[in-house]
Amino acid sequence: MTRRTLTLKSKRFREERQEVWKEMESMLQRIESRSVRSLTDEEIIKLPRLYRSTLSSLSVARATSLDQSVVAYLESLSTRAYYVIYGSQKRLRDRIYGFFARDWPLAVQGAWKDLSASTFIFALGMLIGFVLVANNPDWFYSFMDERMASGRTPAASEEYLRETIYGYEKEDGGLGAFAAFLFSNNSRVSILAFALGFAFALPTAVLLLYNGLSIGAFIAVFTGKDLGFEVGGWLAIHGTTELFAIALAGAGGILIGRAVAFPGEMTRMESMRSKAEQAAIILGGVVVMMFVAGLIEGFGRQLIQNDWLRYGIGGFMLLFWLLYFFLPRKALEPHQALRK
Amino acid sequence: MQIKMGRRHLVTPEGVDLQIELADVGARIGAFTIDLVIITLILIAAAYGLSSMSLYNEELAVTIFVLIAFLMRSFYFTLFELGRRSATPGKMALKIRVAARGKARLSAASVFARNALREIGFFLPLGFLFGIGMGGVDGWISLLASIWAGIFLFFPLFNKDRLRVGDLVAGTWVVRAPRPMLAADLVTTDKPEHEAVFARFVFTPAQIDAYGIKELHVLEDVLRASDREVLEDVANRIRTKIGWVWESGENETAFLRAYYAALRGRLESKMLMGVRRKDKFDKR
Repeated sequence: MTRRTLTLKSKRFREERQEVWKEMESMLQRIESRSVRSLTDEEIIKLPRLYRSTLSSLSVARATSLDQSVVAYLESLSTRAYYVIYGSQKRLRDRIYGFFARDWPLAVQGAWKDLSASTFIFALGMLIGFVLVANNPDWFYSFMDERMASGRTPAASEEYLRETIYGYEKEDGGLGAFAAFLFSNNSRVSILAFALGFAFALPTAVLLLYNGLSIGAFIAVFTGKDLGFEVGGWLAIHGTTELFAIALAGAGGILIGRAVAFPGEMTRMESMRSKAEQAAIILGGVVVMMFVAGLIEGFGRQLIQNDWLRYGIGGFMLLFWLLYFFLPRKALEPHQALRK
Repeated sequence: MQIKMGRRHLVTPEGVDLQIELADVGARIGAFTIDLVIITLILIAAAYGLSSMSLYNEELAVTIFVLIAFLMRSFYFTLFELGRRSATPGKMALKIRVAARGKARLSAASVFARNALREIGFFLPLGFLFGIGMGGVDGWISLLASIWAGIFLFFPLFNKDRLRVGDLVAGTWVVRAPRPMLAADLVTTDKPEHEAVFARFVFTPAQIDAYGIKELHVLEDVLRASDREVLEDVANRIRTKIGWVWESGENETAFLRAYYAALRGRLESKMLMGVRRKDKFDKR
């Protein structure tokens, strides 16, 4: 009964099509291990045809073949091809450029309400911390960890405080190491402020308030010894960047929390999902700002001792960030957005 | 349309449902463990390499180490998942990948967001737990941290799409990305003399109709695994079931392959008529 093997339609189907599948597979292999640019022009033209042919093979195989291995093979091949064809093919270079030129500032612009809210909470925290400690220095110890303050407490002498403003920070192993430590620490706090946002932004607000409290308390210690102007410069040089970044991270958290709390017509899930991307872009930028702040703090602040220069650099950075974020800029044209 | 467990519809713009398969929780845990081991090894190697350097420039060595540790903790997952395979080395090893839920493209922001949530789900509570040993926090906080971490840890077990909290927020999920080879067709006979051996087996329609698709697929698995004992056992069962007269010197593999071809031919021709005979109890 040789007829049997010859008339199996699924077998004939496979024999006729499998060259196409193999070709698709080898092309996918090259795209995944290198990139689309490793293909020749003819291959690029061929790719969509091979993809559609593989997809149609999958449909036919599902309807006519009972060979599990063929169906499983075609399913995985089609899925891989789908992710390659409909995935993002932008180069890393273009992605980075797009992020700084458009995505990040636009995401921040779109979240101006949240940025105002987080700045307000942050500033409120500073004010409360300042007023409390200025009136009763004992409050200081309830906000600040003694180890973190490293001796800069209300009990410290004026000379010591003055020294911390202009001196080097020895205890953490020198300039560069200190900057790196601050950068990684601040970035993690920012990631935290963002990640906790989904709980109606409450933890984010608490984190902002608490950070504000300790900064306010810290300033109050110095103003108590008539070092207000000097500590202002000490903070401003990097603080305009760093505090701005913290406020932005808080804005990201509030953005998500607000979407969860007030979903409008969407479900809470969809609402959160719709804002998560924007918040993540803001946060990605925050890490960059923290890096800049870390550099200024670790190097600039220790090397520049003049108060006015410190204020000048701080003011310049603030102006720079504000202009960068809020100067009007064009969003992508629809046809460009499609290619993205 | 009916779909198997653990699979999800993904209809391409061409109108074909790819029916992607979710990664199982075991594979996810395995992948994460592999990644953690890799990160730890890199950090140990970096510490070892930098320790010799710290002899003449301690500050620079510490700086580099802090930066490497930060990059590893915050960007190891993100950078790999932004790559062409959308998977970390651990995920690649277990043949799974990250994908956007639904038809959206996997954006860099989604990958960033899903991994930022790792910070509160894993690293933060871990930090609290280590805090006890260093006298940093008291027992209550570490208990709370454990509960907190537990919620995040077991989250994928309690939703149908096996989403981690990060997946939920970022709109992603983790799917299987197997890369099977195209195995040889079992009805193909590569040599003419095999054809002659096959031709000796002739089954009556009643004998062929003994089984359905489910049994055919089991038979396919058995033939592909080709374990001698199992082959013998299965061959005996089928012979008994269909009342096959045993000829001496009959080869089990040849018998099973011949029966497989006959059964597949029968079931496939039924399929062309619109009848999918599910299993042997399905009398169609």
